[in-house]
Amino acid sequence: MISGRFLIVLAIAAAGAATAQDDNVLVVEGAQLVTETRAPAHIEHVGTIYSGWRFRSGETQVLQTDDFENPAMIFVDQAMDLWDKVDGEAGKACASCHENVAQFAGLRTRLPRVKNGELVTMENLINACRTGRMKAVPWKWSEGKMTAMTALIGLQSRGMPINVAIDGPAASFWEKGREIYYTPVGQLQMACANCHEDNYGLMIRADHLSQGQSNGFPTYRLKNAKLNSIHGRFRGCMKNIRAIPYKEGSDEFKALELYLASRGQGLSVETPSVRN
Amino acid sequence: MRTHLVLGLAATLVTTGVLADVVAPGDVVFVEGAVEAPLTGVRGDPKAGRAVFANRKQGNCLACHVNGDLAELGFHGEVGPALDGVARRWSQAELRGIVTNSKMMFEGTIMPAFYIDSGYGRPLESFAGKSILTAQQVEDVVAYLLTLKEE
Repeated sequence: MISGRFLIVLAIAAAGAATAQDDNVLVVEGAQLVTETRAPAHIEHVGTIYSGWRFRSGETQVLQTDDFENPAMIFVDQAMDLWDKVDGEAGKACASCHENVAQFAGLRTRLPRVKNGELVTMENLINACRTGRMKAVPWKWSEGKMTAMTALIGLQSRGMPINVAIDGPAASFWEKGREIYYTPVGQLQMACANCHEDNYGLMIRADHLSQGQSNGFPTYRLKNAKLNSIHGRFRGCMKNIRAIPYKEGSDEFKALELYLASRGQGLSVETPSVRN
Repeated sequence: MRTHLVLGLAATLVTTGVLADVVAPGDVVFVEGAVEAPLTGVRGDPKAGRAVFANRKQGNCLACHVNGDLAELGFHGEVGPALDGVARRWSQAELRGIVTNSKMMFEGTIMPAFYIDSGYGRPLESFAGKSILTAQQVEDVVAYLLTLKEE
C-alpha cells in the first residue's frame, strides 16, 4: 500500500515536470531561432509567447535542427523540381518569371496580408500565379504540391520574425479572426482559446498543449508523415471538438490565420517545422 | 409481424430516450449547479460508469483528469482537477450536475456539458441534436465517481 501511494506521488511529480514549455534553444543549421519572446501588446491574457517547438519531446525537437534530419526537406526538394517545371497553357514555370526563390525572403513573415481589399495567403499567391500567368490549373489548398511549394517559399524566411500587419485594411479581417478564436463551437463547446491560451503547457491525455502558434507551418507531422497546411490543422482541431470545420481557403480560416500569426509576432519563421 | 413492430417501437423509444422515466436534456433541473433527481429510473452502475469514463468516444474523462483508479491506462490529462477522492469532495447531486453540464456550476469552464442536446454551435452532423452521453451513462458515471473515495 505504501509503495502504491509512493508510485502515485511519483506519477504526479512526473506529470508536473511536463507542465510547461522547456528551456531548450533551437539552433537550425547553426543559426539560433527565436522560440520565446514577449507577447505583442494586443494579446491580453498571455505574457510570453512560445513556439510549439518548445512543447515537443527532445526526439522530435532534434529533427528540426539539421536539414538532413528534417523529414520535411524531402518535400522542399520536390518543390524545387516543381519550381523549374513548365506547367499550364502559357508554357511557363515559376522560374520563367522569378529568377530565384531566394527573392521571396521575408514574404512568409508578412502573410496573410490584404491585397486589393482581399486577405491573401501564400496559397492564394501561388494559385494566382498558376491561373493568371501560367494558365495552369490551381492546386488544391492542402495537396502535396501546394504544401511543398509553401514550404520552399516559406523556408526563404526561416529565422526572420513574424511581422503581419493588423491595422489599416487588415483590421476588420483581424477582428473577425479574433472573434473566431474566442467563440466556442462543436458538441464539446470549445474555442481555440480554451486549450491554447488558458491551458497551454498542460497535458491533454498524451498531447502536450502548445500555444497553437503558426510560425512553423507548413509543418511535418510525425503523426501523418507529410506536410500539413495551417488550414488543414484548423480542420483537425475543429473535428476533434466535433464541430463542422470551415472550408480550407475560406474567409473564416484566412481571418483566423491572420489573427494567429499576429499572436506570434516576433517568433522566428521555422518553416518547415517538425511536430508530432 | 405484429410482435416485431412492437419490439421495434420499444427499441426506438429506448434509444431515443423517450421513455417516461428519462429526464430529457432540456428538462434537467439545476439548483446552484447541482441536480438532485436522477436522470433515469435505473440506478447508476459504477462498473458501467468506469467503462464510460475511460472510453475515448464516450466520457473520455482521462483526457483532462488524473484518476488513480485507472492507473493501468497511461497518459492522464492535467487540464482538470485530479479525481482521486472526488466522492469526498462532492455530493451525488453536485457530481450529477457537474457531469450533466458543469457550466451551470463553473462559469466559462472548458469542461464539455455531457448531457445537453442543443445550444452548441456548428456541431458535426453526426452529433447534432445529440448529447455526448445518454442519461443512463451520466447516472453510471456519477455512480462510478462516488466510488472514488481515496485521496
